[in-house]
Amino acid sequence: MIVARLMPPAEMVHWWFATGFLTLGLLLVAEALVGRETWTARPWRRYLWPGLLFFLGVAMWPVMTFYTNSTIHMIAHGSWAQVLMLAGGAELGLARGKLRSPYWRLCTTLAMLVSGAALLAHEQQPWLFARAPFLHHALGWTIVGGSVFPLLQAFRPRSVVAAAGFAATVIAVSVMLYSDRDIAPIFGHLSPYAGVQHR
Amino acid sequence: MSADLAHDLQRKTGERAAPLAFRARAVLALGPAASLGGVVWALVQPWRLTLLHPHAQGIWWLLGEAPLYVVLVGVLFRLLLAPGIVEDMQERA
Repeated sequence: MIVARLMPPAEMVHWWFATGFLTLGLLLVAEALVGRETWTARPWRRYLWPGLLFFLGVAMWPVMTFYTNSTIHMIAHGSWAQVLMLAGGAELGLARGKLRSPYWRLCTTLAMLVSGAALLAHEQQPWLFARAPFLHHALGWTIVGGSVFPLLQAFRPRSVVAAAGFAATVIAVSVMLYSDRDIAPIFGHLSPYAGVQHR
Repeated sequence: MSADLAHDLQRKTGERAAPLAFRARAVLALGPAASLGGVVWALVQPWRLTLLHPHAQGIWWLLGEAPLYVVLVGVLFRLLLAPGIVEDMQERA
């Protein structure tokens, strides 16, 4: 009970992850704009977004530990942590040159498919039950749909459309995470079973 | 060099430089665009900034200033990353 009072509300954790994804999105947009060669002109810059992706996976573990109150939530958060770390690790390997095949980018595709599926599978309520269920559905389908971009990058590493699409997907995820509230209506709908509206 | 050749060369150089200048401006605009998004959010939903009405707020609500996070990300990107990226673009042009 004391620990629960000390912990920040769940919606804030979503906003912190949204901030991480917004940063990730800006980095990806910048890389898509200037091209891979210019982006990697400074060695430290090539590790920025893969490192951030890996860090977001690491940061998901305490969320899984402290914020999940059911098995399916725990599995969903645990799977996000694992696949974010897998995708970040593969991208770090590619950036370092330890991994050479562009097919390692399929790890990011896998990460997005697993993340999207976990979002859709662990949401038990319909779209308009409340804000959070709506965002779970919207996030899930956005991420599943967006997984086509890293898939394309695995086969066409220099594709600007794929790079821009991946960046846009990450920014869309960020906006949706910022929109999260613990209990709030969506388009005027709030199920009476959802509880009392939060701020 | 004849005037015709010089004009032709200048035109071709201009054609090559134009997209680079656009991309450089776009990189420089990314951070301010993100920050502007945060400012607009703060104006539309001022109650999201608990610093404006801090009484009886807990520590997490005082730290959870989501619109300011957006502004901060934009400012940091513009100050720390964008200048180096544009510099590298110009060096490679």
